[in-house]
Amino acid sequence: MTSSLHLWLIPLVPFAGFLVNGLLGRKLPKSIVSAVALIATAIPFVQVANVWFHLSGISLPYIEHLGTWIQTGVFSAGFDLQLDHLSMVMLLIVTGVGFLIHIYSVGYMAHEEGYWRFFAYLNLFMFFMLTLVLAENFLLMFVGWEGVGLASYLLIGFYFLKKSAADAGKKAFIVNRIGDFGFLLAMFLLVQHFGTLSFGDIFAQITQHPEWQGGVLTAIALFLMLGAAGKSAQIPLYIWLPDAMEGPTPVSALIHAATMVTAGVYMVARTHVIYDRSPLGLTVVAIIGAATAFFAATIGLVQTDIKRVLAYSTISQLGYMFLACGVTAYSAGIFHLVTHAFFKALLFLAAGSVIHALGGEQDMRVMGGLWRKLPITFWTMTAAVFAICGLPPFAGFFSKDEILYLAYLAPNGGKVFWFVGLVTAFLTAFYMFRLWYLTFFGESRAQERMLSEHGAAVHASSTSTLVLEADPNERVHSHGVHESPWVMLVPLIILGILSLVGGWIGVPPDLRGHNEIGHFLDPLLNPKGAFEGSNQLALTLAIVSTLTALAGWLLAHIFYFAKPELPVKLAAQLRGLYALLLNKYWVDQIYGAIIVTPLLLISRYLLKGLIDTGVISGATYGSAYTTYGFGALVQRIQSGNIRSYAGWLALGAAVLLIVTYFGFTAHFH
Amino acid sequence: MVPISYYLVLSAILFSIGVAAFLIKRNIISIFMSIELMLNAVNLTFVAFAHQWHQVSGQIFVFFVMVVAAAEAAVGLAIIIAVFRSRNTLNVDQVDLMKL
Repeated sequence: MTSSLHLWLIPLVPFAGFLVNGLLGRKLPKSIVSAVALIATAIPFVQVANVWFHLSGISLPYIEHLGTWIQTGVFSAGFDLQLDHLSMVMLLIVTGVGFLIHIYSVGYMAHEEGYWRFFAYLNLFMFFMLTLVLAENFLLMFVGWEGVGLASYLLIGFYFLKKSAADAGKKAFIVNRIGDFGFLLAMFLLVQHFGTLSFGDIFAQITQHPEWQGGVLTAIALFLMLGAAGKSAQIPLYIWLPDAMEGPTPVSALIHAATMVTAGVYMVARTHVIYDRSPLGLTVVAIIGAATAFFAATIGLVQTDIKRVLAYSTISQLGYMFLACGVTAYSAGIFHLVTHAFFKALLFLAAGSVIHALGGEQDMRVMGGLWRKLPITFWTMTAAVFAICGLPPFAGFFSKDEILYLAYLAPNGGKVFWFVGLVTAFLTAFYMFRLWYLTFFGESRAQERMLSEHGAAVHASSTSTLVLEADPNERVHSHGVHESPWVMLVPLIILGILSLVGGWIGVPPDLRGHNEIGHFLDPLLNPKGAFEGSNQLALTLAIVSTLTALAGWLLAHIFYFAKPELPVKLAAQLRGLYALLLNKYWVDQIYGAIIVTPLLLISRYLLKGLIDTGVISGATYGSAYTTYGFGALVQRIQSGNIRSYAGWLALGAAVLLIVTYFGFTAHFH
Repeated sequence: MVPISYYLVLSAILFSIGVAAFLIKRNIISIFMSIELMLNAVNLTFVAFAHQWHQVSGQIFVFFVMVVAAAEAAVGLAIIIAVFRSRNTLNVDQVDLMKL
């Protein structure tokens, strides 16, 4: 291996792709736009893969200093990129899954307006995400952190002519700002107490002082968690992610499932040295993770929009990752991040394939019976559903099981977290198989609808949650439901294989595996070694969680395949609970009433009405009007009459004379 | 020997007549002449004091005033002619377009 790895190329090549497509794309044909975007993503992937194959020859962490950004007397920050075990894993996921989704998008977006814009934004996202992952200090990480938020905003609002999409983009951006506020405060505290923002320097200082516990470290940990909660859609800032489904489906797969939303988990794992010293911070992370996993799963039970189910499932799975971090099982959290990137990207892409086939239909209630018509989509999605439900030997089984097992052993929380995780696993299995049955089995509710009502009619007859991605007339193909083109199916198949085998990199020793990913990450993330458990316990817990997932499947089978009239009855009986879940616990409404409405009122009446109009405008307008009024008064002197001027002149002279005379008199006496 | 107060009183009377005419007269030529009257009243004062204190500077000042007055008369009469050509009047009350 040469002395330099040229890590800077990894983020900058997608940025070049963004510049080309963003500046020239409008005039370029679609084939060139897609070629530029794909090459700009393929090069980093190849480079990352190259680094990966030569990893044994590199001493980690490898740091590349590209220049100084800020240099003051006591503080400096540079453009430093870092490669270590953790960023290696993240790089592989971001570039690998990102490249697959770029390929898929070529097919998915083929009929869309603004094709060049879409790929320019996607490349911009890759640039910021790779910057975030490679950054060696908090400041550069924050650049990537903000940048992915920007790309997310642009892509959620991709169909910006639709008000709901534009609103969803704004909501995502504003909610993320709240989290970024926490990140910023954490950075200020770090600068104040450590005098640097470099990961290496800060962690070295903490390691040298084993007596530092809690205190300011807890404050930093909690502020960082606030940032992570914003970016990774955790309680209390998760509300933007379901709305983010307004974006095109590949965006949901790339940004809002596989990569960007996992940035919070990555950040917590990256800063685990701080969390390790803050028991309170860890407990908060674990509680937020467990609570989010559970609540998001319950909301997912009753959603009818296929993408919203997946959105809540993403929030729920991210909760698992935070739960893992909260019990100091960082490696397990990253492991779940990896497998989740495979199966959740696949779920979204497969859902996108279904939506594409149905001409923009997203309501599961009008799907059904699609498995014969979309065989490849069906089989790949099945792999993903099995993976997310944690059925062996699919990917999710190993990562989820690892988290539950380590949560069970963890000293700070232990069995409560394990139980919440188990219940969530049951709920996950239920709503994922519900989606599976509603979409692919039963009678084809879509078919007659597609044939009888074309285009706008679907729009008109749509019920509550039906969302159309674009003008349906363009998207509905006259020949009805059809399988997607190969350019979309190949990424599905690759991700399907990964959803099956992706977990095999982390088979625990208890199940006769070697837990390669754990051994790969542990030197960095868990130097003290894992918790002590027994083979017997691990096996028991694995069987319990598998049975739980099977029970969820069975229940979904009864509800949505064997006796489809049952859920309606149940919903009627438990009307209150059903409404609670369907309306997502009214959290949006509560936030609206508690935070948004008062803020709007204060802004409108106090800040705008009183301060802005009254004080600020009042002062400027007031002084202007005073001058104007005085001018109106004294302009009468300017009569144009020469004799009146002469009179004023004489009067002035007389006054001067009198003043001078009496002034002098007064002075001399 | 005429006391200086006589000169000063005469000067004050001439100056006051000038001011009064300056304020009252409407004919622009008359106003102009009243200005000359005021200037000459001041000149008289200068000369009187110069004689009183045996200082020549007062008399030199008078020359300056007369030069300035001559220049002023030249410019002023030129303006008056220009005004008369455009307005056909010398009444200042009718030359009042420079107002709001």
